[in-house]
Amino acid sequence: MYDQFKTRAEGVSAEVHRFDTKNVALDFIHRFLKEEGIADSENAYALWADCPFLEGIDRKALQNETAGLKFEVSRELADKARFGISQMQWALADTGTLAQDSSAIEQRLVSSLPTIHIALVPTSGLLPDMPTLLTKTNPNDCGYLAMITGPSRTADIERVLTIGVHGPDRLIIVFVDELGGAS
Amino acid sequence: MSNEFKESIHKAVNNANLTGALGKFSEAYKVNRAKAYEGIDFEELRGRIAELKSYAASHLDELSELFARNATERGAKVFRTSDPAKVREYILKVAQDNNVKTVVKSKSMATEEIHLNQYLEKAGIIVGETDLGEWIIQLAGQTPSHMVMPAIHMTKEEVSDLFSKEIDERLTSDIPRLVKVARDRLRPSFLQADMGISGGNIAVAETGSIVLMTNEGNARLVTSLPKIHIALVGIEKLIEKYADVATILKALPRSATAQLLTSYVSIITGPTPNPDGSMKDLHIILMDNRRSEMAADPKFKQALQCIRCASCLNVCPVFRLVGGHVFGQVYTGGIGTILTAWFDELKKSEDIQGLCIQCGACKDVCPGKIDIPDLIMEIRRRLVKEQGLPLLQKTIYSVVNNRHLFHGILRAASIAGKPFTSGKFVRHLPMFLADLTDGRSLPAIASEPFRDRFKKIKQPKLMEKAAFYAGCLIDFAYPEMGEALVKVLNKAGIEVVFPQDQTCCGAPARYNGAYEVAAGNAIDNIKALLAEEVKYVISACPTCTVALDHEFISTFESLEQTEWIPKAKELAAKTVDFSTLVKKLVDEGRLSLKDGQKLGKITYHDSCHLKRTLKVSEQPRELLGKAGYEVTEMFECDMCCGMGGSYSMKLPEISGPILKRKLHNIRETGAPLVAMDCPGCVMQIRGGLDQDGADIKVRHTVELLAEQLKD
Repeated sequence: MYDQFKTRAEGVSAEVHRFDTKNVALDFIHRFLKEEGIADSENAYALWADCPFLEGIDRKALQNETAGLKFEVSRELADKARFGISQMQWALADTGTLAQDSSAIEQRLVSSLPTIHIALVPTSGLLPDMPTLLTKTNPNDCGYLAMITGPSRTADIERVLTIGVHGPDRLIIVFVDELGGAS
Repeated sequence: MSNEFKESIHKAVNNANLTGALGKFSEAYKVNRAKAYEGIDFEELRGRIAELKSYAASHLDELSELFARNATERGAKVFRTSDPAKVREYILKVAQDNNVKTVVKSKSMATEEIHLNQYLEKAGIIVGETDLGEWIIQLAGQTPSHMVMPAIHMTKEEVSDLFSKEIDERLTSDIPRLVKVARDRLRPSFLQADMGISGGNIAVAETGSIVLMTNEGNARLVTSLPKIHIALVGIEKLIEKYADVATILKALPRSATAQLLTSYVSIITGPTPNPDGSMKDLHIILMDNRRSEMAADPKFKQALQCIRCASCLNVCPVFRLVGGHVFGQVYTGGIGTILTAWFDELKKSEDIQGLCIQCGACKDVCPGKIDIPDLIMEIRRRLVKEQGLPLLQKTIYSVVNNRHLFHGILRAASIAGKPFTSGKFVRHLPMFLADLTDGRSLPAIASEPFRDRFKKIKQPKLMEKAAFYAGCLIDFAYPEMGEALVKVLNKAGIEVVFPQDQTCCGAPARYNGAYEVAAGNAIDNIKALLAEEVKYVISACPTCTVALDHEFISTFESLEQTEWIPKAKELAAKTVDFSTLVKKLVDEGRLSLKDGQKLGKITYHDSCHLKRTLKVSEQPRELLGKAGYEVTEMFECDMCCGMGGSYSMKLPEISGPILKRKLHNIRETGAPLVAMDCPGCVMQIRGGLDQDGADIKVRHTVELLAEQLKD
C-alpha cells in the first residue's frame, strides 16, 4: 500500500518519505527545516501543532536546536509561518490522500495557512481507499474530517496547472513506522 | 430564436480566445478523463450513483427532515425553505444581527442561482469570492461561463490587466505570478472576514454532514477562519448514507477535471471551535427552489441525479464553440439548460434548448446517468405544447405529415432544382431547404427516387424477406445506397421488399418538439412496415433506425397514445441497422467478402445515433477491414459532424465550425476515403469536403461493401 500511496501522492506533486523510527524522522525534519532556511522571523518560522508524535519529545530542546520552531498555534502566527507541521491519522493508498480529524482548529491552521506543510503519518494509518476511511470515521465524534491530496492547486487561468493558491505550495509527507508499526 | 440570442452566439463563435481555450480543454479532457477512470467500471459506478441519487430524489422531504434533525442535534442551525427570497433574507439577517461587514465565499452555484452577492452588496456588505476563477470574474463584473471553471473564457492577458488594476501595479501575464498575487491579495480578506459562505457538494442526511471540495484550499479557509459559516445547499445534494459519500467522490473529481480527488475534501458535521476558543456559528440552509416539483415530475426527476461535475459541458461539441455565457447567467451547458428551465422558468430555456444538437455525447459520460438529450427534447415538447410551433415549421410539418404531398414536393424539387445543379451538388434548394447551403454543398434531389428505381431491380425469389426502410435521404437523395443494400442482402439470400407507403420517420418533427406530427408519421410507418410478414426491417440510416427502434414507442408514451405501443414494439423487435445485420450474416457464413483485397487506407466516422443510441461501432469497422480496407482512426472519430437534421439549417454558425473540425480530423489521417453509416453525415461531410475542394471520397458503408461481395 505504501508504494501505491507514494506513486499516487507524487503524481499530484507531494513529496513522500518514510522512516522507521521517530528519531530518524526528527533528524530529517530538522535537516529539512535548516536547508529551507528556518529562522525566527516572519515567513521563515515553523509551527508544530500538538500531536502524538510529540509525546515524549523534549520540545524545549528541539526549540533550542532549531531557532524559529514554535509549538503554540494561533491564526496570526499561522498566517505568517513558512512551515506548518502536523500529524495526519490516515493515508489512502489509491488516491495518495491524507486524512485527519481536524476538529481542533490548530490542525487546520498549520496545514492551510503556511506555504509548506509537513505531514507526519503513522505507517499503520495506511488504508486502501476512501470507503475504508469512512467506515473508520464517525461524524458523530468528528466535526471536521479533512482530506488532503497534494498541495493547493488551481488551473483557473487558461487551464494551466499552478501549485499553491490559498493553501501550501509544498506538501512533505513523512511516514513513520514507529508511530504505529509497519503495515 | 431571438435576435439577441443569435447575436450572443455570433459573438461567442467569433471569440477566438473562448473557442481556443474551450477547444483545447475539451480535447485534453477526453484523454485525461479516460486515464482517471482507468481500472474503474464506470457503468457499475454510475449505476450506483444513479440509484442512490434517485432514491434521495424520491425522498427529498424525508431526507431534508432527517438532515435537519441530525445537524441541529450536532449544534448547527438549519433553515429550510423553498423560496430563494427567504434564503437571501435569512443570510442578510444573520449578517446584520452579527454586525457582519465582510463576507468571504467559496464557490457555490446555489448562491449564483439566487443572485446572493448583489443582494448582500446592496445592503452594504462587502462580498469577496475566493475561488480564483470566481474572483477573476467578480473583478471583471462577469458571470461564470462554466460550472467548474468559471473563468475559462478569459486569457492570462485579460487576467493580468484585471489584477494590475486591482493592485495598482503593472503585471505581466506570468501565470504563477498572477496566482501569487491572488493569494497575497485574498489572504487578508480571509483573516478579516466576519462570515464565510460556502455551498455544499453533498449533504448527508443520516449524519447532518456537508461535504466541500476544492483544489485551492479556499473552502478550508472560508469554513475555518470567520466565526460564522453559512452553507447554502440545494436539496438535490442530499444523500441518505455517510458511506455513499465515497461513491460520489469517486466520480465527481474524475468527471469534473479528470483528477482522482480534489486537493481538499472537508466533511463538516456541526460547529467546531474557532481559533479564539468560541464555537463556530454554523448555519445550513436547505433550499428547494422548485427541486421538489422537479422530483414530482416523472420525466425530470432524473435530473436531480446530477452531481454537478459539468462533464456534459466538457464533451459537448456545441459548448466548446459557444461557451457558457450564451446559456445565461448561472447554469450552463446540457444540464444547465434543464436546470434553467426549472429553477428559472421554462420560457428562459426557449432559446438555449435549441443549442442541443442531440448527439448524445453527454449522456455517455454522465456519472448520474441522466438522459440529458432526452430531457432537452422534453423541454422542446413542452414549449411547443405551451406556445405552439412557429408558422413556418407548422407549414413544413403539415406537408411532411401528408406523404403524397410531401413526396410530390420532393419530386418537384428534383426538377425545380435542376438549373442550379452543379455536378452532384446544388447550391440552392427550393422551399424549406433553402437555408441549407451555408458552408457546404448539398446533394441534388435524385431525378428518380429509390421508390421508383426499386421497382426496376430484378431480385431472385427468396424465402427470407426483409423490409427496407429507406428514410427520406436515401429515398430522394441517395437512391444508390438503397440499391447497394438490396444487392448485399440478395447475396446473403434475403429478398428485399419496399413498402411504398413508408414515409418520413418523424425525427425532424420530434427533434423540434412537434410530437403530434411525429406520432402521425409513426402510425403511417407502422402500418406500412408491418403490412407484410418479414423477418427484418432494415435501415441504412441510424436516425431512422433509432426512430423505428426506440422513438415511435417513446413518442406514443409521451403523448399517452397507448393503443399504438404494442404495434410499435412489434416493429422495434424487427428493426435492425445495416452494419449489425450484415456483420451477423457474415459471421453466420451467409455472406462473404472478396478475399485478399488490398484497398488501402480508410477512416471511419461514427454517427451519433449509431454509436451512442444503437451502441454500434465495431461492426462497420470489422466489415470494412474484412473487405480489405486498412482502417485508420481519426481524432474524435465519434464526435458529431454538425448535421443534426434541421439543426444545420437553424444554427449554421455552430454547425459550420463543428463540421470544419470534423473535416480537419479526417484530412489529418491522410486517408483518401472516409466511410460512415448515416446518409445525413454523408450529406454533411461530403458537402463540406466538396466546398473545401479536398480530394477525399465520402461513402456509406453499404456502398463500399456492395463493391466487395464475393461471387
